[in-house]
Amino acid sequence: MPEKQMLSSRPLSTASKEVLKAIKHSALDIEKKILARKKPTMKFPVRSLSNVRYHPDKGFFEIAGQKKERTLTVNTVKTFAQTLRMIALSKDLVESDDIATKREAYYVSKNWEDARFSEQPESDTVMDDVEAYFSVNREQLGFVPEEKGGDVAGRLIVIDRDRDTGKVLRIDCTRFGTGAYSIPITVEHLQFETRADFILVIETAGMFQRLVKHNYWKKANCILISMGGVPTRACRRFIRRLADYQKIPVYVFVDGDPYGITNIYRTLKVGSGNAAHLNEFFCVPQATFLGITPQDIVDYKLPTHPLKDVDVKRARDAIKNDPFIRHHTPWVAAMEQLLRLGVRAEQQALAKHGLNYVIDHYLPEKLRHPERFLP
Amino acid sequence: MIVRPSLVSCSLLLRERRDRSIRGKAQAKRAAAGSRAKTARRPRIDRGPRQLSFTELPEAKPEPAPQVKIVAKSAGSAAVRPIESGQQAKVEAPAAAPASPRSSDRRETAESMAARQREISVSEFFTKNRHLLGFDNPQKALLTAIKEAVDNSLDACEEAGILPTLNIDIQQLAEDRFRVAVVDNGPGIVRAQVPKIFGKLLYGSKFHTLKQARGQQGIGISAAGMYGLLTTGKSVVVISRTAPVKPAHYYEIQIDTRKNAPQIITDSVIEWDQPHGTRVEIELVGTYKKGRHSVDDYIRQTAIANPHCEIFYSFPGVDGAQHFPRASEKLPPEPREIKPHPYGVELGALIKMLKETKVRNLVGALRRDFSRVSPRVAFEICQAAELRPLSNPHSIAITEAERLYRAINSVKIMSPPTNCLSPIGEEQILAGMQKEIPASFFTAITRSPAVYRGNPFQIEVGMAYGGSLPADDLVDLLRFANRVPLQYQQSGCAITKAALSIDWRSYGLSQAKGALPAGPMALFVHIASVWVPFTSESKEAIAAYPEIMRELRLALQDCGRRLAVHIRAHRREAEEQKKKSYIERYIPHIGIALREILGLPQKTEEELVTTLREVLERSRTTR
Repeated sequence: MPEKQMLSSRPLSTASKEVLKAIKHSALDIEKKILARKKPTMKFPVRSLSNVRYHPDKGFFEIAGQKKERTLTVNTVKTFAQTLRMIALSKDLVESDDIATKREAYYVSKNWEDARFSEQPESDTVMDDVEAYFSVNREQLGFVPEEKGGDVAGRLIVIDRDRDTGKVLRIDCTRFGTGAYSIPITVEHLQFETRADFILVIETAGMFQRLVKHNYWKKANCILISMGGVPTRACRRFIRRLADYQKIPVYVFVDGDPYGITNIYRTLKVGSGNAAHLNEFFCVPQATFLGITPQDIVDYKLPTHPLKDVDVKRARDAIKNDPFIRHHTPWVAAMEQLLRLGVRAEQQALAKHGLNYVIDHYLPEKLRHPERFLP
Repeated sequence: MIVRPSLVSCSLLLRERRDRSIRGKAQAKRAAAGSRAKTARRPRIDRGPRQLSFTELPEAKPEPAPQVKIVAKSAGSAAVRPIESGQQAKVEAPAAAPASPRSSDRRETAESMAARQREISVSEFFTKNRHLLGFDNPQKALLTAIKEAVDNSLDACEEAGILPTLNIDIQQLAEDRFRVAVVDNGPGIVRAQVPKIFGKLLYGSKFHTLKQARGQQGIGISAAGMYGLLTTGKSVVVISRTAPVKPAHYYEIQIDTRKNAPQIITDSVIEWDQPHGTRVEIELVGTYKKGRHSVDDYIRQTAIANPHCEIFYSFPGVDGAQHFPRASEKLPPEPREIKPHPYGVELGALIKMLKETKVRNLVGALRRDFSRVSPRVAFEICQAAELRPLSNPHSIAITEAERLYRAINSVKIMSPPTNCLSPIGEEQILAGMQKEIPASFFTAITRSPAVYRGNPFQIEVGMAYGGSLPADDLVDLLRFANRVPLQYQQSGCAITKAALSIDWRSYGLSQAKGALPAGPMALFVHIASVWVPFTSESKEAIAAYPEIMRELRLALQDCGRRLAVHIRAHRREAEEQKKKSYIERYIPHIGIALREILGLPQKTEEELVTTLREVLERSRTTR
């Protein structure tokens, strides 16, 4: 059991109270069913790309109606017990205003005797189920991911609070030198001050380093954010809140390959299939695609690598099944062009024309026509 | 040099009714390759006396197995040419002189060579080639000696209608020296025959009949005795009694390898506690081992395939005898002798039959000497061969016989009768397996008889599964031909090939590619036939004729399906158990979680757990 010493004297937030209410409500429901000698059930939304709808007006993947019902039977009794114990753990965390990482939750389960998880993926799945069951962000349940949120540099002041004293902290993202501000795991309480013209979101840490090193943000008057691959929820939420708050455009600069487009960019903009119940918060509908586009490969005569089989499969799959790509004809055309070219190009490929070609030529040229960015 | 296969047909071989195509082919190949004369004639001689009988040797009959005489040059020589007719055994090698020999180049003359050419006897031949008899290494020698004695005993008992009781005893005298004794309760052997049976190679009765019998495994007890004599210098000791009122005779016999004739060392009357039966004792050099190819295995498998037989077995390292009890009081039905079917006859055998027939016209000869040849079929054959139906079979020359041979295979002839076989039977297989294999599930199937190349045969499969059999090992494959366990050359055998060709995974066993399935199972496969087609002279593996493969596969699949039903039922039961334990294990956690969330009192938690358990149990049983 998690330690209770951390019990804060501060009153719980309204969000936390609502979560606790939902948890108790579901437990009562189950108890009632059992005492009525019926089999208790739990309903979970189906978490996959096949159960999402894309609304361009809303700008994100919305979960469709499909639900799976888990009835307590002989076959499901193990998962059912584990899910309930996970909910109990969550209730404990919320009440004591504590957090547990996915890994920690897995270790807590080692205390559950027969109901323990043998591997972490099992506990992660149950955790995702619980999250979907209550349709809340897992951070609200007290569970936090292990991974880092992302790095920020440029013309931005983040306003945070000291946990003990409650004093306001003003974090100036221009004052990290060659380093960067790290996006925290929860970002709901942050506030922002900025006069930047746009946010440039970058896939690789390498490209981010180059732009920070040469103070590109100063030159272009922007905020630089590195995602380091597929953006985490915290990163997506941070960008979303920042963009909403200051009403500034978001430009995405990723590798010119099916992974960069359909996994990284698509997830940032409209969310993922797996967390479809939460995409409403974890998406950045105002994001547009700066590069590298398939056309850039041609225009800038970039050095390329041939598409791998998985790339081709991913691209074909996106054209056929991804509601977002299918909705935007320019994207379908771009994917088809990529397949025709049969090659992919990384961000760093621009270094062929000189290490700082990206700063001196590529980005300025692209930024002259943001209206030409892919949706 | 040229050695035509037919040239090897010395008198003994001409008596043989039929040949086996595989052997014929192998031989033709060897001959074609210009191999030494010795290798070309080896296989012919080898098949001799493997079917000795204790009872069927009428004294009145003229010498049934004439002495084989082969003219050979001394070792390392080139030409050996026994003469075609086969009537005269001893001949001069014809001098195939070059057209214009330069006498200075010639190292030998026909005359000088002739001086060194002399007769060798079968016994001498086998003395040098003991591997042909199954005595290639000490371990196999011990096994073969016991096998020969046991096969003889079982055949004798069954023919006399006696339920066999065998007493097999292996005594270790020194590191590699053993005294082997086999005692049976059979009919005994009449005094005059004893020396010939135990002291003369190629002496027996069953060899000339087409009938299902044991004894495909070797060359006879006399060979075992000869091997013992060669390695230890000790005689074969035989005790035999034919009836309680008759005296028991004691013999010490040796074989004179030069003459292939018995030498009686001792012949006396003694006191013996057996009312009737035979005891054979041989001292030999051998190796006693456990495991694969062991005597222990052979005895156990013999007990499985012969549940009507009781065996007491004493072996080195253990005091007292291991007892294999009788599981059935029923003797197997006696197999019947049949005439050869035309489809299974080869050209050489056909020529020989035509020469020896007593009938004076071709149609009559075909009808009388073959099974399933009706007058209509006989006329059809003559017509197809363009031969006069009433011509004298004796005068049909080789070219005409060839035409006749081809004609036979072009005419449609009914399959041979199959009621001549004596399968073990499903009930008996089950009885045999149940007493010797610690399994929990048994099934057996006896297929209907079928025919390959004119020979009737029948396949039987038994399966023992589960129990305390090792679960992770490969399946134990037990192969039998006419109730005799086959222990060597497993991979080359049709039985193994058939077992490998089946997808056992669909029957619930695991199976690696190209391997036998794994699981707690023993697989019993038996082929009964008037002529079991072995792949080689060593008679350890069965040839994969398509008809045989088909029957084997069908039988294995049939048993496999029954096994699958059993395994599935078993798994369902285990699954049920697992689910039941699931309820016990996980329901308390639902109680704990609900208590923690809702802050319930202990009593409510217990009530919840009890109720929930009842609800789930009920739904499980009503399902």
